[in-house]
Amino acid sequence: MNLEDFNPLSGKRVEILDEEGNLIGEELRPAVLTDEMVLELYDKMVMLRAADQQALTLQRAGRMGTYPPTLGQEAANIGSAAALETGDWLTPSFRETGAMILRGVPLKLIYLYWMGSEWGSHFPEGVNVLPICAPVSTQTLHGVGLAWAAKLKGERAVNLIYFGDGATSKGDFHEAMNFAGVFFTPNVFFCQNNQYSISVPRSQQTATPTLAQKAIGYGFPGLMVDGNDLLAVYAATQAAVSRAREGGGPILIEAQTYRLGPHTTADDPNRYRTPDEVKEREPFDPLRRVRIYLERKGLITDDIERERREGYEQMARGEAREAEAMISLNPDDLFDFHYSQMPPYLTWQKEYYHRILAAQREFDRG
Amino acid sequence: MAKLNLVEAINLALAEEMGRDERIIVLGEDVGRLGGVFRVTDGLQSQFGVNRVIDTPLAEAGIVGTALGLALGGLKPVVEIQFMGFLPPALDQIICHISRYRNRTRGRHTVPLVVRMPYGAGIHAPEHHSESIESILAHIPGIKVVIPSNPYDAKGLLISALRDPDPVMFLEPKRIYRAIRQEVPEGEYTVPLGTANIIRSGKSVTAVAWGAMVREVMRAAELVEPEGIAVEVIDLRSISPLDDDTIVQSIKKTGCGVIVHEACRTCGMAAEIIARINEKAFLSLAAPLERVTGFDTIPPLLKLEEHFLPDVFRISRAIRKIAQF
Ligand SMILES: Cc1ncc(C[n+]2csc(CCOP(=O)(O)OP(=O)(O)O)c2C)c(N)n1
Repeated sequence: MNLEDFNPLSGKRVEILDEEGNLIGEELRPAVLTDEMVLELYDKMVMLRAADQQALTLQRAGRMGTYPPTLGQEAANIGSAAALETGDWLTPSFRETGAMILRGVPLKLIYLYWMGSEWGSHFPEGVNVLPICAPVSTQTLHGVGLAWAAKLKGERAVNLIYFGDGATSKGDFHEAMNFAGVFFTPNVFFCQNNQYSISVPRSQQTATPTLAQKAIGYGFPGLMVDGNDLLAVYAATQAAVSRAREGGGPILIEAQTYRLGPHTTADDPNRYRTPDEVKEREPFDPLRRVRIYLERKGLITDDIERERREGYEQMARGEAREAEAMISLNPDDLFDFHYSQMPPYLTWQKEYYHRILAAQREFDRG
Repeated sequence: MAKLNLVEAINLALAEEMGRDERIIVLGEDVGRLGGVFRVTDGLQSQFGVNRVIDTPLAEAGIVGTALGLALGGLKPVVEIQFMGFLPPALDQIICHISRYRNRTRGRHTVPLVVRMPYGAGIHAPEHHSESIESILAHIPGIKVVIPSNPYDAKGLLISALRDPDPVMFLEPKRIYRAIRQEVPEGEYTVPLGTANIIRSGKSVTAVAWGAMVREVMRAAELVEPEGIAVEVIDLRSISPLDDDTIVQSIKKTGCGVIVHEACRTCGMAAEIIARINEKAFLSLAAPLERVTGFDTIPPLLKLEEHFLPDVFRISRAIRKIAQF
């Protein structure tokens, strides 16, 4: 794919598969993206939806804290992360459950984090994924730094950085883009433009007609992609990642998608958008078109899909149980990880708290 | 008189003052259509329009920095920061500019704005949603830092803040946003900034707190009452300026003091209060001053949260310890 063909000011965006499952941009499809691979990625989208649904169930049952669902953004999540190679890094925001799983973060850890334990950010060795980042857009700078380190050390690792449309308003984002441009770092900035930052619509977030064009101001290209089109997201990210790896410098991808659910489980979207608006977007559900495409090819049937989905639902339940079993209620956990060596005053506080707990136990016994 | 919770009382204060003073504008993330993530600004946009209740882009430094300019331009901005954990980007503007304009221009320009934000732990929120870094704000010369602990005060303090010629940081203890209902009069009344309130009198021990901790301290005071310990409870209401007179007078009566806050211990407000008592009432002390605080740790995610927050047990132990010294 020639990325320069997609100057955002031209209004063009990368599209390969339309809503009805027709190939409309076959020439943009990379050879590696075989039908088998499409099936595999579709399967991951199904998995993500099951994982998400399980999280919502857990939250409603009081077994999980606030959770940000990915509903509607599965293609953006899965298609992009799939374009990375071993050794590359992924810098998530907080709505990248699918991308994180794809890069090797166990689902149970993501659950554990949202259940309210810091152990959920303790990823296994070799998983090149930064932790979930709650303060919006601050992670973009970390992603640039990591890519910069790879460049300085002569490594070929690329860093894919995720953020939302709201994040593009924040200073850190602009500083990150500027540094990436100046130091020509191997970064792919991946904006999941889901049209809302909590209640604020995209049109009120920034006055530019596209988010992708912001890259131009920092001296590198940006491009738009249909973020609900799995094939297009994969193709664009894959091209951007290869370009960065070959020393082509940073690039910004704006994946235009739609958040079908609430911002988080604490949010009530009916206060700022109509159910009709959401209904209108349902035909654009990213799973739907891939499913039609695969069906026509005879690669998937209702039975296969149901079986797979049930398998994933079961897997998600299992992961949730494992996460719950990992929850540490040990108060030492509060103190132990702030410094490599605990300062004396903190040691005193920890001991004091043990005395308090002992006294409380005694008091409770009467 | 209606019984309101803290959220409703703040909302009422904003609505009434906006009706009285058309220079007042409310701005921040999600404050308009959504009415704020905690609904504190609910209904204000439909009442006052989109030019006075403004959904801004997501950018704390941008919101607070432009609010400074709006204030210089003759408006009275009331900014909402969604959570105190997201205040840091705006600190640059607050520390470097908002707090300094009056001094820098020798009184020629002033920045009369209010920055409101929910703060504190105890609602099982995600990371960066439980911070209480109020002592960082109290450390900055040129701004005021106000923290109500009940609906009545919240309304009266906010009206004072809105009418104050200086920048005011208005911190809302979100743990008790909906936990307390109280009679809140309609119409104008004010609670002065910088004055503490003795909400329970006693002669054995002085206990000082603010925000959500006031409730915990009151419970602890009731717990030790039958043991013959009469606790005088001071709700600070403003941590800057700090009403040390009220504290010192009380210490002179009781000879003992405990200061309670949920913020981390080191360089917390308790340290400052203890220093002032030492300066002004050292010879009245019958026991070393105690503090019950959050630990010098990051406020943990929800599974360990209860261990971080000072509770009635910890507070009552400290009270007994100094009463029996
Ligand atoms: C600095 C900062 N300010 C405010 C918040 C509260 N908040 C959390 S997510 C969010 C909206 C983010 O929108 P966007 O970047 O578009 O990502 P999306 O949630 O839509 O995926 C806000 C305002 C925050 N987390 N960080």
